[in-house]
Amino acid sequence: MRIAVVGVQGDVEEHVLATKAAMKKLGIDGEVIATRRSGVVAKSDGVIIPGGESTTISRLIFRDSIADEILEVANQGKPVMGTCAGLILLSKCGDELVERTNTKLLKLLDAKIKRNAFGRQRESFQVPLHFKGIGEIEAVFIRAPVIVEVGKDVDVLATFEDYIVAAKQNNILGLAFHPELTEDTRVHEYFLKMSEI
Amino acid sequence: MELEKLRFGTELIKRGFAKMQKGGVIMDVTNAEQAGIAEDAGAVAVMALHKVPADIRQAGGVARMADPKIIQEIMDAVTIPVMAKVRIGHVAEARALEALGVDMIDESEVLTPADVFFHIDKRKFVIPFVCGARSLGEAVRRIWEGAAMVRTKGEAGTGNVVEAVKHMRLMNKAIAELQEMEGARVFSVAERYAQAYCKLANSVREEMGLSKIGKNDVVYEEYSLGEIVEGLYKVLLEVREMGRLPVVNFAAGGIATPADAAFMMQLGADGVFVGSGIFKSSNPPEYARAIVEAVQHYDEPEVVAEVSKGIGEAMKGLDVFQLSEEERLQYRGL
Repeated sequence: MRIAVVGVQGDVEEHVLATKAAMKKLGIDGEVIATRRSGVVAKSDGVIIPGGESTTISRLIFRDSIADEILEVANQGKPVMGTCAGLILLSKCGDELVERTNTKLLKLLDAKIKRNAFGRQRESFQVPLHFKGIGEIEAVFIRAPVIVEVGKDVDVLATFEDYIVAAKQNNILGLAFHPELTEDTRVHEYFLKMSEI
Repeated sequence: MELEKLRFGTELIKRGFAKMQKGGVIMDVTNAEQAGIAEDAGAVAVMALHKVPADIRQAGGVARMADPKIIQEIMDAVTIPVMAKVRIGHVAEARALEALGVDMIDESEVLTPADVFFHIDKRKFVIPFVCGARSLGEAVRRIWEGAAMVRTKGEAGTGNVVEAVKHMRLMNKAIAELQEMEGARVFSVAERYAQAYCKLANSVREEMGLSKIGKNDVVYEEYSLGEIVEGLYKVLLEVREMGRLPVVNFAAGGIATPADAAFMMQLGADGVFVGSGIFKSSNPPEYARAIVEAVQHYDEPEVVAEVSKGIGEAMKGLDVFQLSEEERLQYRGL
């Protein structure tokens, strides 16, 4: 199994390490490659879009062919996960902040997101949440977006207050928080198992 | 929801914020319009300033925290994080910026230091801090004080990359040395690094004719010298284990061109700050975009060449070696 982490900007290394640790736990023989160039995503069995600045990552992946490659991999039914900025990019529709900054989206997850939903960095927080199919996890929200609306094919996996913070639509997994920042690899294991179905 | 389980400003959250900036370019801006140009070019964050370092240098006098009105206007203008600078050791400026809600505070040698003895105890803040460092010793002290991000000091406002290169090399070499060391040797490095916290206590005692301080004496905030040594030792062990700083490490201070930015990435920087380099160039939007691309493709010379074509003139710059020691900002805050 080969997992590509979109490496143009953000906490790429953290996803690489978390995915490798998850593979080890599941006994999967595979490799995890961070990539800033075209050609790698297209040849992978799954893709992760990390946290970072959604405006920056969007500009860089749409300037190269990486965005097209993610769409191609997703259309083949292979799993694609986005965390925080990655969730924004996966979503079908954004709020006025997304529009104001002309941020292009991949539109793979039938969800409407709201950027910086809790405020600025001062309002960033961590909290234990129930994640459907996993149990309780410590979720780290950093200037996080949330999902405010989902389509009927979307499975809600975790909520916080009135917001959806984790959702899955077939092979697409979007999270508002950062499982890659904690030592707990269960979300990455969940993602890897998505490719087996 | 059980609100007592909700936690703000933890080390994980502060260091996590810095990690989201990796692979990015953080640009100095002085007004909302420049902030918009930076965001459009793909900056991951902006540093809100009253003047860019080159102008601070030229103006002379005391450089202080920017007018909160300017910072607020910039915060309202862009969706990316906004950082702002405070003087070294100036706790009240830092509290004011925290109240304003900036996303990260730069405790910066570019402004005139407010405290010749100490840096801010950054653990006491909810907002993450970035601090400059010229060496591993400075970096380890800042990390122990709670900095979520470190950057080279370089020599700000010169457009001359030589000092940023020097500081990155000094840090890399020191980390390589550290990796060859056994625990006891690392501990003696920690003792040495801790001496910087003793300046105040030592000078008072010397004047009073007292003996030098011991490990149980409180020397900085509520910490005794012994506790500081232990703290620095723990950070050093982490550095040795990881083979790098345990926090995000950016390059700053003199980066003026796309090739400068690519070079700093090749030396191991996690990203770059560009101060005067963008808005002192002849074509800021083009320069900003080119530097963002050069950072992303730092190991692809053909891309660096391509983005550097016809983008106009870089900032004029200064020869660092012509500056006197007082004119060099990097000697501020050790």
